[in-house]
Amino acid sequence: MEAQEFKSDQYVRFCPGCGDHAITMALQKAMAQVGVPTHQVAVISGIGCSSRMPHYINTYGFNTIHGRGAAIATGVKTSHPELSVWQMTGDGDCLAIGGNHFIHSLRRNVDLNICLFNNRIYGLTKGQYSPTSPRGFVSKSSPYGTVERPFIPAELVLGARGTFFARTLDVDMPTTVHCMVEAHQHKGASVVECLVNCVIFNNGTHSWLADRDTRADRSIILEHGKPMIFGKDRNRGLVLDGWNLKAVTIGQDGVSADDILVHDATIADPTLHLKLALMGQPTEAGIQPDDLPIALGVIRNVTEQTYDEAVNRQIEEVRKAAKVHTFDQLTSTLEQWEI
Amino acid sequence: MTTDMQHVVVRFCGDSGDGMQLTGNMLSSISAILGNEISTLPDFPAEIRAPQGTLGGVSGFQVNLGSGVFTPGDQADVVVAMNAAALKVCALGSKFSLPGAVYNAHDSYFKPNAIIIVDVDSFTDKDLQKALYQTDNPFTELALPESVQVIPVKLTELTKASLQDLQLDNKTVLKSRNMFALGLTCWLLNRPIDKAVEFLEGKFAKKPALIAPNVKVLTDGFNYGANLHLNINTVNVEKADDLPHGRYTSISGNKATAWGLIAASHKVGKRLFLGSYPITPATDIMQELAARKDMGVMVVQAEDEIAGVCTAIGASFAGDLAATSTSGPGLSLKSEAIGLAVMAELPLVVIDVQRGGPSTGLPTKTEQTDLLQALYGRNGESEVVVIAASTSANCFNYAYEAARLALENMTPVILLTDTYLANGTSLWRIPQLSELKDIRVASVPEELRGKYNPALRDPQTSVRYWATPGMKGFEHRNIGLERDAQRGTISTNPENHEAMVMARHNKIWQVANTIPDLQVQANIDSDTLLVGWGSTEGHLHAAALELNCALAHFNYIHPLPNNTHDTLSRYRRIVVCELNSGQFATYLRSQMPDIILLQYNEITGQPFSVERIVEYVKGIKQ
Repeated sequence: MEAQEFKSDQYVRFCPGCGDHAITMALQKAMAQVGVPTHQVAVISGIGCSSRMPHYINTYGFNTIHGRGAAIATGVKTSHPELSVWQMTGDGDCLAIGGNHFIHSLRRNVDLNICLFNNRIYGLTKGQYSPTSPRGFVSKSSPYGTVERPFIPAELVLGARGTFFARTLDVDMPTTVHCMVEAHQHKGASVVECLVNCVIFNNGTHSWLADRDTRADRSIILEHGKPMIFGKDRNRGLVLDGWNLKAVTIGQDGVSADDILVHDATIADPTLHLKLALMGQPTEAGIQPDDLPIALGVIRNVTEQTYDEAVNRQIEEVRKAAKVHTFDQLTSTLEQWEI
Repeated sequence: MTTDMQHVVVRFCGDSGDGMQLTGNMLSSISAILGNEISTLPDFPAEIRAPQGTLGGVSGFQVNLGSGVFTPGDQADVVVAMNAAALKVCALGSKFSLPGAVYNAHDSYFKPNAIIIVDVDSFTDKDLQKALYQTDNPFTELALPESVQVIPVKLTELTKASLQDLQLDNKTVLKSRNMFALGLTCWLLNRPIDKAVEFLEGKFAKKPALIAPNVKVLTDGFNYGANLHLNINTVNVEKADDLPHGRYTSISGNKATAWGLIAASHKVGKRLFLGSYPITPATDIMQELAARKDMGVMVVQAEDEIAGVCTAIGASFAGDLAATSTSGPGLSLKSEAIGLAVMAELPLVVIDVQRGGPSTGLPTKTEQTDLLQALYGRNGESEVVVIAASTSANCFNYAYEAARLALENMTPVILLTDTYLANGTSLWRIPQLSELKDIRVASVPEELRGKYNPALRDPQTSVRYWATPGMKGFEHRNIGLERDAQRGTISTNPENHEAMVMARHNKIWQVANTIPDLQVQANIDSDTLLVGWGSTEGHLHAAALELNCALAHFNYIHPLPNNTHDTLSRYRRIVVCELNSGQFATYLRSQMPDIILLQYNEITGQPFSVERIVEYVKGIKQ
C-alpha cells in the first residue's frame, strides 16, 4: 500500500516546524508498509497536540477526552481484536491524567500500538511543565523552575511489565518508521516513545541529541541481534562493567569488536533493557547527560499472551462447553414454576 | 388453630454470619413456588463481619408474602431473632443505638402484635453485655408491649441435639441454627416441609455433603413447632390469584438488570460488552455478567470507574452493545466520559444503582438521590435519556429498554435502580425473547458507502447513522470536539454549534414518541394524586389504595411521557413522594411551571414507610 492512502483530506494543523509533522508522515508510511487496509485500522487518541493525529489518518479514528485514550483503545481492541488499534498520546495525556490507564493497558498487555509523543511540555494549553519536564525547568506554571522529579517513560513501561518499548526521534524518519512497524508486528502493548520538538513552547529540548553533528555520538540505535555500536566513526560500543553499562572505544585499552554487547530485545528479564533505556535521560534542567548515549530503536520486544486474545479465547471455550446458548435456554435453567 | 391473612411480613435477624440472607431468600423462594407474591428487603451492615453479637453486626432480611404484595412491608408480623443484639435492633428500629430507648410502635421493625421467635441460648450475660443491655432482663428493658408473643426456643441446643449423630464440627453445627429457625417458620406459616426440603436439595446439589445435615435440622425445626403445642395460631396466607399465566421465578434487581442487557444483545445480535469497576451495591451486575460467557458476554473489570465507562465507549465505537454499571460515586467519576458519548453520539447504557450519598455516604442503604446528577451532572448542554426501574423484576424490562433506546437513538441512556431494588427480589414472569420489543439499530444504510461522515442523520428520527470499524468505505473520525453539522469535521463556528446543540436536544426529545404514555393507578377519579418514580412504586401504590387516591408513577424520566402535563393537570392536589429532598419535584417544576406540586420526602437510607405517607397525605387533606 502507499502512504498516500492513509492521508485524510484534513489540513494538518500542527505548528510549522513542529515535530508532529514528521511523526504523522512516519505513521502513514509505517501503516502503508504494514499493509492493513484502512477500514481495519482504528486510531484512538485523547487530548493534546498529539491527539489531533486521528484527523490526519484516513482510517477509522476517535479523538476522545483527555487521558482516556488507553482505556477507550482497550475497549476497541478487546471487543474487536481483528482490528489494528493505534493510540496517539503525549507526555501529559499519557503520563499525567492518563497514567492509570497507561500502566494498566501495559500490565494487561492489550495489543495496542501506543505512540507517546514526548516533548516535555504541555503545548495545547500553551506551555506548562509536564511529567517529563526535567527538574528546574522554567515554564508558565513553574516560573521559578519546577521542583518535581520527572518520569522516565521507559522506566514506567518496564515497571508496569510492558512487553515492548522503542524510542525514536522526530528527525530520524527511518528509525521512527521502523519502530512503528515493529510495534505493529509485536503482539501486545507496544510503546514507541517519540521524542518530538515543540517549536513554540519548548524549542530545542532534544537538540543536544538531535543535532546532526552530535547525534551519532550521543545516541545509539539498537537493533536486535546486532552489537551495540555507535559513534560517528562506528568505533564506540557498550560493554558491561560490573552491574553497569560502559561506553568504550574499539581498539583502545585492549577493547575489540568481540567485547561489545549484542542486543537481545526478546529476553524476558527486563534488567538490561532498563539499563539501556535509562541511558542519557535528562532529569535535571540544563544538565545534559553525556556519559552514555541515549538508546533509540526497539529496546524491548517480548512475546507474552495478550489480554484481548485471552479474553476472547476464554469466551469461546466457555461457549463451546456450555449447554445453553440462547436467552430462552438460559431462562430454562432457572428454578421456576407455572402459575 | 390458624389465622388467615392476605399477606404476612417475616423478618429474620441475627449476626452477619448467621446466614439470615440465605434463610430469608429460601423462605421467599419456597413461598413463591407455593403461589405467593413476594417482596423482599435485605438490610445488612456495611461491615463484612462486625464483632459477633454486637448491635453493629446485626443483619436483617424482611419478606412480605401472600397476595396483594406491593412492598416488603413497613413492619413485621413474624420475627426470628437469633441473638440479643438482633432482638434489640428489631424492637427499637432506627433508635437502637440511643441509650435508654424502649419499644415504640412507630420506630420498631415489628408490629405490636408480632410473633417473635428468639434463640434463648444467645441471651447469656455476655450476649446481653455485647448488645449493650443495662439489665439482665432484655424483654422488660425493651418494654415490649404485652401483645407481642415471644416464643423462646433453645435454638442452639436443639440444633446441636439434632445433629449429634452426624459427627460434625461445632462450627458447622452452629452455622445450621438458621435451618432450625427456617423449619420452625415454615411450620408457623403452614409451608409444607417437603417443598422446603426439595428446595434445599436443589440449592446444595453441588455440595451433596451439606444436604443431609441441613434437611435434618430443617425438619427437626418444623417438627418442633408441630409437636410443641405452642399456644399460638399458625398463619395461612392467601395465594396470589390475579397473576397472568406463565412461568415464574423470583429474581433480584441486579440479576434482572444483567439479564435484561443479555436479552437485548441477543435480540439485536450484538455482543454485550460491560466495562465496570467493583462498587457496592452494583457489583453483582458485573459478577453476574462475568459468569455469562456462555451467552457471549464480554466483561472488562477495569482499573477504575472512568476506565469502566471508557472501555465501554471504545466497544460501542467498535460496534458492540456497550454498558457500564456503577453506583453514585462512580457515576460522578464517569460524568466526563458520558459527555463524550453524548458528543460522539454513541449508544451506551449506564446503570446507576443508587445508594445513600453524598461521597461514600451509606453504601449499603437505599436512596433516590442521584436523579439530578443523572439529568444534569455533565459539562455543557449534555442531555441523555434517563429511565428508572420500579420493581426488582422490572429491572429486566428497563435494562432491556435502556439498551433499546441507546441503540435506536445513538445516545447514552442512564438507568436508575437502587439498593432496595438491586438486593431485593420479586416475582418475575419469565419472558420469551420473541415477546420482547424489536430493536431497530441506527445502522448506516448501504448507499452511504464512500460518502459517509459521522454527522449524517436519519431525516425521520434525526438520529446519527452508526458505522463501525471493519466496514469498508465508511472510514471516519469521531470526536469529542464539536463537529460540523454537514461534514462531521471539527468546527468552532458559532451558528453550527447552536445547530448541533439543538440537533442533539431534538434527538433526545423525539424519544418521547417511542415510549408508553403515563398510566394513572389506583383511584383515578380522586382529586388527589401521588407522584413517584423508580423504586417507590410498591409503597406508593399501597399508600394510594389506603388513601383511595390516584398514583402517577414514572419509569421514563427524561424525556417525560407526552401525556404528563395533561395527566397531572387533572388533579387538584399533587404530592410528589421521593426518597430524597425533592429532586423529581424540582425537575417536574422546571418542565411544568404551571402545576403546583407538594412534596413528601424521606431520606433515611430506608425504603418508604407506607404508614407515614398515608399519615402525611391525610394531614394535608384536612
